[in-house]
Amino acid sequence: MTIRGKAHIAGAYEHPDRKIPDKSLAQVHAEVAIGALNDAGLAMRDVDAYFCAGDAPGFGPVSMADYLGLRNLRYLDSTETGGSSYLTHVGHAAAAIAAGKCRVALITLAGLPRSQHTPSGQRPSRSGAPEAGFESVFGPTTVSMYALAARRHMHEFGTTGTQLAAIKVAASQHAQHNPRAMLPVPVTVEEVLDSPMISDPLHRLDCCVITDGGGALVVVAPEVAAGLPRQTVKVLGHGESPKLADNGRIDLTRTGAVWSGPRAMEEAGVTHADIDYASIYDSFTITVLQAIEDLGFCDKGKGGGFVADGALLAPHGRLPFNTDGGGLCNNHPANRGGMTKVIEAVRQLRGEASAAVQVPDCELALAHGNGGSLGTRSAAATLILGREDA
Amino acid sequence: MSGGHRVTAPGILRPVPLPAPAPPVNPETKPYWDATARGQLLVTQCADCQALIWYPRGFCPECASPRTRWLPVSGRGHVYSYTVNYRGEGAYQGCGPYVIAYVELDEGPRMMTNIVGAVPEALQVGMPVEVVFHDTGEGSALPRFRPA
Ligand SMILES: [Zn+2]
Repeated sequence: MTIRGKAHIAGAYEHPDRKIPDKSLAQVHAEVAIGALNDAGLAMRDVDAYFCAGDAPGFGPVSMADYLGLRNLRYLDSTETGGSSYLTHVGHAAAAIAAGKCRVALITLAGLPRSQHTPSGQRPSRSGAPEAGFESVFGPTTVSMYALAARRHMHEFGTTGTQLAAIKVAASQHAQHNPRAMLPVPVTVEEVLDSPMISDPLHRLDCCVITDGGGALVVVAPEVAAGLPRQTVKVLGHGESPKLADNGRIDLTRTGAVWSGPRAMEEAGVTHADIDYASIYDSFTITVLQAIEDLGFCDKGKGGGFVADGALLAPHGRLPFNTDGGGLCNNHPANRGGMTKVIEAVRQLRGEASAAVQVPDCELALAHGNGGSLGTRSAAATLILGREDA
Repeated sequence: MSGGHRVTAPGILRPVPLPAPAPPVNPETKPYWDATARGQLLVTQCADCQALIWYPRGFCPECASPRTRWLPVSGRGHVYSYTVNYRGEGAYQGCGPYVIAYVELDEGPRMMTNIVGAVPEALQVGMPVEVVFHDTGEGSALPRFRPA
């Protein structure tokens, strides 16, 4: 049994704001829930499955279910894999729908890191983790862990800072067409390289933005989708995997995309050449580079040349990516970029991306998320999504 | 002890003490931390399949055995990757640039650590290093590495 075509994304909503000083976390979850349900043409009473991750306040999914008044739930999932959680949720929701466990799944994400002054994207407290004492005492930060991965990639494959910068440049070219983007002004390779070094070799402009906000998705059974007014998006494939530190054998140049990508593409029955648009997790420039290689869009170690060639530029590059400006320039709500990756893929498949970056005749999209840290342990999730007629 | 580098003038880095925050210690990890206070680096080893286990734990992730023992290692290795971090947080906030690294021990495991006693410009992936211990003041010491 596969989930291919057995669930549709009927609603997708990105919170319009990037700084929200006057609302609670629960309120923002509620705003995005309503936004996605309105987009789908559904109501709170229609929801029979609720998915959220570690950003949701309170007791797993229960506190928010209570807050939202979700009285008809028969399926709950609070899988927490950091920024990749929401892609994982889509896969789990599709599986649950295919198994007849539920028909309308709501997934929400919200966070207020900008207003709550955690501007460095501070690592979530995992003080009880078994590895904690062997890592935290050495002063790891979010950026520095990705810097370790970038340094090793440079050492093994000759990747350069200039090549990494090309990823930010492409994202900024796209962000200029998004009036909501946190950083809407295009930047140059030189500007990236001249920005302050945060953790060598990663500069400030190699990093994503820190934003308040959130997003939500509604995943429904095909028979529900058939009765809705809006164009929906088919869930065609899903793959997920943890990437372990692996008993002292950590490989800083590879991510869980090595496993999640092929699983998703096999389930969907598609090849790389079929993918018209890709949302690629972009907490840092190196995150994108490694994902592109690990997903198989180029050979391992060749990502630098691939991105420096303009491959990522929409609408006509070989692999148009993150046309909303991504986490690097548009939005990275709650320090978790997975939700917005799915939302922009849905926009592309509906033909509703910004006109300048809409991929013509976009039929198949890949969305990829990574959670945790490339420098220690992480989790990857990949989705293949198709236009309603795909 | 030395390790951090404070910028005293453009391009000039002066060694300054790095913070040495105490680790959380529990019954599973206490022997490891007790040994660091004596200047000894231990790893765990599986008593069944003999695999070395890093980070230390009372369980073998290779063969699922709960039988492990403590094994002293040489404290020598080489740099697998490193970064000069300019934005410390928590105990490291405001300490100036410092080096976080993975060191691959001669015995095999790659462990997170700090590199001390070297200016950042001198660092290279692959450079040989040896362990030093920085007292936390709470019955443990942090295993850091310096150029060998
Ligand atoms: Zn064993």
